[in-house]
Amino acid sequence: MAKITLKDLSHSYLEKQNSNADWALRDINIHWKDGGAYALLGPSGCGKTTLLNIVSGLLKPTKGNVLFDGKEITTLNPVERDIAQIFQFPVIYDTMTVYDNLAFPLKNRGLSESEIASKVKEIAEMLELTSTLTNRASGLTADGKQKISLGRGLVRSDVNVIMFDEPLTVIDPHLKWVLRSKLKELHQKINRTMIYVTHDQTEALTFADQVVVMHEGQIVQTGTPVELFEKPKHTFVGHFIGSPGMNILPCEIKNGEINFSGQKIQSHKSLKKSKFNKTQLGIRPEFINFSNNGVPVKIKRVSNTGRHKIIDTESSGGNIKILSNSSTEIPSGSAHVTFNQKYTYVYEDNWIIE
Amino acid sequence: MNKTINQKAWFFVIPVFILVAFNAAIPLMTVVNYSFQETFGNNVFAWEGTRWFKQILLSERFHAALGRQIAFTFIILLIQIPLGIGIALTMPKKGWGVPVCLILMSMPLLIPWNVVGAMWNIFALPDIGFLGHSLNGMGFDYNFTQQPGDAWFTTILMDVWHWTSLVVLLSYAGLNSIQPAYYQAAEIDGASRWAIFRYIELPKMKKVLTLAILLRFMDSFMIYTEPFVLTGGGPGNTTAFLSIDLVKMALGQFDLGPAAAMSLIYFFIVLLVCWVFYNLMMKNEAQS
Repeated sequence: MAKITLKDLSHSYLEKQNSNADWALRDINIHWKDGGAYALLGPSGCGKTTLLNIVSGLLKPTKGNVLFDGKEITTLNPVERDIAQIFQFPVIYDTMTVYDNLAFPLKNRGLSESEIASKVKEIAEMLELTSTLTNRASGLTADGKQKISLGRGLVRSDVNVIMFDEPLTVIDPHLKWVLRSKLKELHQKINRTMIYVTHDQTEALTFADQVVVMHEGQIVQTGTPVELFEKPKHTFVGHFIGSPGMNILPCEIKNGEINFSGQKIQSHKSLKKSKFNKTQLGIRPEFINFSNNGVPVKIKRVSNTGRHKIIDTESSGGNIKILSNSSTEIPSGSAHVTFNQKYTYVYEDNWIIE
Repeated sequence: MNKTINQKAWFFVIPVFILVAFNAAIPLMTVVNYSFQETFGNNVFAWEGTRWFKQILLSERFHAALGRQIAFTFIILLIQIPLGIGIALTMPKKGWGVPVCLILMSMPLLIPWNVVGAMWNIFALPDIGFLGHSLNGMGFDYNFTQQPGDAWFTTILMDVWHWTSLVVLLSYAGLNSIQPAYYQAAEIDGASRWAIFRYIELPKMKKVLTLAILLRFMDSFMIYTEPFVLTGGGPGNTTAFLSIDLVKMALGQFDLGPAAAMSLIYFFIVLLVCWVFYNLMMKNEAQS
């Protein structure tokens, strides 16, 4: 059980760093509360696994500190940190039985046979491995093996934090859903801090209370799933979260108003600055409506996904995607659209203006 | 899946078939021919049935040579396999040390066998060789040309020097194919260095080690050139392993019948051991 703090953390795999691109992680500051469920979300190569390995102690950061409950532990190894980590691909000890695999972390810590037996039994039941306990682990299917990996991480109840590095990659879709709810259920039951790394937004948003979105080695936003959806602080978050992602359109700011496609548009806040760098307007497809006046667009394609219609349109300022109920009448040819002011944001150099 | 059936494809196999026939099957059949007959030269043969086989199987000379051969192979496997794994474990995994180690390890394997024998012969000579002279200088009574123990010691040392590299290279390849996640998981599970070796490295090396043991078994069981050049099978017959004894019988005494029978028995021993060993090692693999 621990509160986790990362202070001014940077990491590079290179000996010398010349530019920002040489850093795998840059200036990471995080406070994770004890017992929370967190997700690290980002595309492949954004640094999320590096960050996880620094928290677990498999990697020593180039700069900065890791603290558990306010105590400096940057130089401690994973055993001293008392953490559990589950990897993307199943790691099993081939020559052992399923039981011995699950018991291995406990044996290494010198628990008594009876304690081990009861803990293994409990975790095997939860993961539905009871019937295979005496089998050799190497004979199982990929998701059976990954369940063992999960089990080895979860079997120790006293850990400070349990970390998951894309653990469901090799699991069948229907089982994915089952295991994910199991993890969520488990989190509520044992109340440990859990950190879940994934590039899948559904996984992150359903598992975590707080999601940390990473992009090119930096944290671009931390927030609840709703916050990330309703108010992305960086254009990357807008793109990455939501399906389809946010419309990011080049625009100009004049007299506190947005000039886009020859129209004046109000943003969620009045813009007081007068000089701007590169500015963009951000609006989610969910918050655009057809109306009699507004931005003129040409309807190019309508795709019906069942519950929604996704409409691809073209305006003089760029392509705009619109999401509406499948019952909504879609005008054909030319139309006008308006943006919901509350969810219209302006981004300067990709960061939101507040 | 539907397979196309075309018997003409057999024509493609003919070149290999002819090649194998001339370099393996036909010579082997002449050996089989000799093993059942007595020859007096000039292509005059007399049928002997299984007489040569019985003679070889009951001969004390064959038993002695086979005993020496088994002892030799057993000792060198016992040294080379653990030593090879040990060296592979200490070799660097990245950086400039990798090519340096790999080249150093490959060197002994690149030297022709008779050169290895000659090298070690000179190296170990008690009066002028570096090893022999030094050992005597340190007070050991060492002379591999006269004392059977010393001859064995030198032969085994030579083989270890020559062939441990093969085990090292195979083990190193096996170790390098282990995903880093295994080591990371073991670290988190709190596994000791021994447990990592026992439960991760050794099982993952199983296939390459099976190969290494098979290769080392076959090569050492059929060893000829190096001990022939080093000791010539002496002193006396103490280092006359199966091949050396066989050549003595076939070319030294020109006993072609018994030599042919011995060749076949020899061949079947190698084949049988390899087959049994391989099947034992792979028994569990099939299940998974």
